[in-house]
Amino acid sequence: MFLTMVFYSMLRRKTRLFITLLAVAVGATIISGMVTVYREVPAQMSRAFRAYGANLLVLPSGERTEVSEERLKEIRASLADYEIVGIAPFLYDTLAVNKQPVIVGGTDFAELSRVSPYWQIDGAYPREGEKEVLLGSEFAQRLGAKKGSSVSISAGEGKAVQNYTVSGIVRTGGKEEQLAYVALPQLQRMTGRKGAVSLAQVSVVADGEQLEEVVSKVAAGTRDVTPQLVKQIAHSEGTVLGKLQALVLLVTLVVLVLTLICVTTTMMAVVTERRKEIGLKKALGAGNRDIVLEFLGNGCLLGAFGGIVGTGLGYIFAQSVSLNVFGRGIEFSPLIAVFSLVLSIIITGLASLIPVRIATGVDPAIVLRGE
Amino acid sequence: MSLLELKDVSMEYNGKVKALEHINLSVERGDWVAIMGPSGSGKTTLMNIIGCMDTATGGSVVLDGVDITNAGRPELMRIRRDKIGMVFQQFHLIPYLTAVENVMVAQYYHSMPDREEAIAALARVGVAERADHLPSQLSGGEQQRVCIARALINYPVLILADEPTGNLDEANQNLVMQIFRELHEEGHTILTVTHSPEVGAAAERCVVIEHGHMKAQ
Ligand SMILES: Nc1ncnc2c1ncn2[C@@H]1O[C@H](COP(=O)(O)OP(=O)(O)O)[C@@H](O)[C@H]1O
Ligand SMILES: [Mg+2]
Repeated sequence: MFLTMVFYSMLRRKTRLFITLLAVAVGATIISGMVTVYREVPAQMSRAFRAYGANLLVLPSGERTEVSEERLKEIRASLADYEIVGIAPFLYDTLAVNKQPVIVGGTDFAELSRVSPYWQIDGAYPREGEKEVLLGSEFAQRLGAKKGSSVSISAGEGKAVQNYTVSGIVRTGGKEEQLAYVALPQLQRMTGRKGAVSLAQVSVVADGEQLEEVVSKVAAGTRDVTPQLVKQIAHSEGTVLGKLQALVLLVTLVVLVLTLICVTTTMMAVVTERRKEIGLKKALGAGNRDIVLEFLGNGCLLGAFGGIVGTGLGYIFAQSVSLNVFGRGIEFSPLIAVFSLVLSIIITGLASLIPVRIATGVDPAIVLRGE
Repeated sequence: MSLLELKDVSMEYNGKVKALEHINLSVERGDWVAIMGPSGSGKTTLMNIIGCMDTATGGSVVLDGVDITNAGRPELMRIRRDKIGMVFQQFHLIPYLTAVENVMVAQYYHSMPDREEAIAALARVGVAERADHLPSQLSGGEQQRVCIARALINYPVLILADEPTGNLDEANQNLVMQIFRELHEEGHTILTVTHSPEVGAAAERCVVIEHGHMKAQ
């Protein structure tokens, strides 16, 4: 009988049921959506932040000026647990380009394009195995060289001169514009520094804490190298993330309160609407306990229904946010689903408290009084 | 001992409105008493006191051997549930429950819902075939009969009916009065409130109230 009353009091009054359900469902949608976004954003944002360059530098320790390529391979292997965007090795040396002394960087362009996607290239990166060079825009201007020009490169006075084609001009807004870049093996051969690099730029998907972990892991691996955080990026990434999460949390809180208010007012309307019915039930011998249970039962049932609908919609919502903003999907989290379902039930239960108090205050004598 | 004994009962609302004064009334088991009087004379107020929905501000009320003069709300609730069956002018059926479910609600609050017994109660008042209809699908007369079935379901010692035919046409009024007559013959104790002389005349005894005072027995 209890269940009959709780079910049919809602099912046989469709509009009211629909509106309340809608309120709960919208609340649950936003909450589960927001919580999903809240949980997913850091990872997605970290990934997005990787477009701004390396967040970790691997430098030679102490007196050393070089790191061996072998070490880099070991470091890459030791970071297998993390999502590595790229590790770009750099060997720097001074060469003569068209007889002008300039610092030339030898690197792996494939890795470089992943680590520093913000580099603006007019032209292309030097192709593997080809004698091609990438010129910094400032240096290119100094030389009067353009994309497609031919330049001569030598390791110094009296050393062999080789002809290179300019594959492109790079703009970064930084000191890179004063340099020239060739493939790492070519520079190593020209300078006789086989297997050596000056430093490596690492871009790894990790938030502040994880990054500290990565640093200590690299530091523990070998004494030859010193890992160094690119503080600026790591720091600003952390602040932006913190602010974003605070915002999401705030919105979620506001939505929670709004849902609470909305459900409370609806339940109040229901109680007012059903004053006669409550009076009648009391006249028939219902105690306050019975009335409380019925309304809480009503509330929790609504919470459960709305919660299920809302959690489903919330997932779709979070999924589309993630796809649109980060271009990447998210996995369905059963934990969040259960969480938002339980939260919906708690919220509607809470929202029912004040209306239930009003309901218990109804005087059974009203049923005998005419309107 | 009488089933119901009211001694010098008075009722004041908000300490000002004197709805009842010096009411003395005793009802024996098996009696059918009609309470009559113009609108606003205090009939419903009296019903509320006898039906354990309210407590009098003066005098004493004894129902079925229990002094309810100073009973608290929970106690009144229990006495009401166990001893009283009520029929209302506006029927007060729960709109989202079917006829039989409306009867079962009374069983639910009293003890245990029993569908067969509820159907039997509906059959007793001639609406068994409407058991699965919602109140909105029933005529006024049918609704009132469901209401009577609900009042009878827990074997009350006293049936209270406040203007039971107030919202019915003549044909339905006669039908409902016939049911009351049968109940009386079966030995039920009935108190009906009415301002219709016809309905009042059907009872064994008439009590007239005017401005909160008893006029005649
Ligand atoms: N809850 C109440 N509060 C204040 N006055 C009331 C209340 N109920 C009834 N009254 C007053 O008591 C008097 C008797 O009312 P009532 O018992 O309803 O009369 P009847 O049922 O005979 O029409 C009326 O004057 C009415 O205004
Ligand atoms: Mg009245």
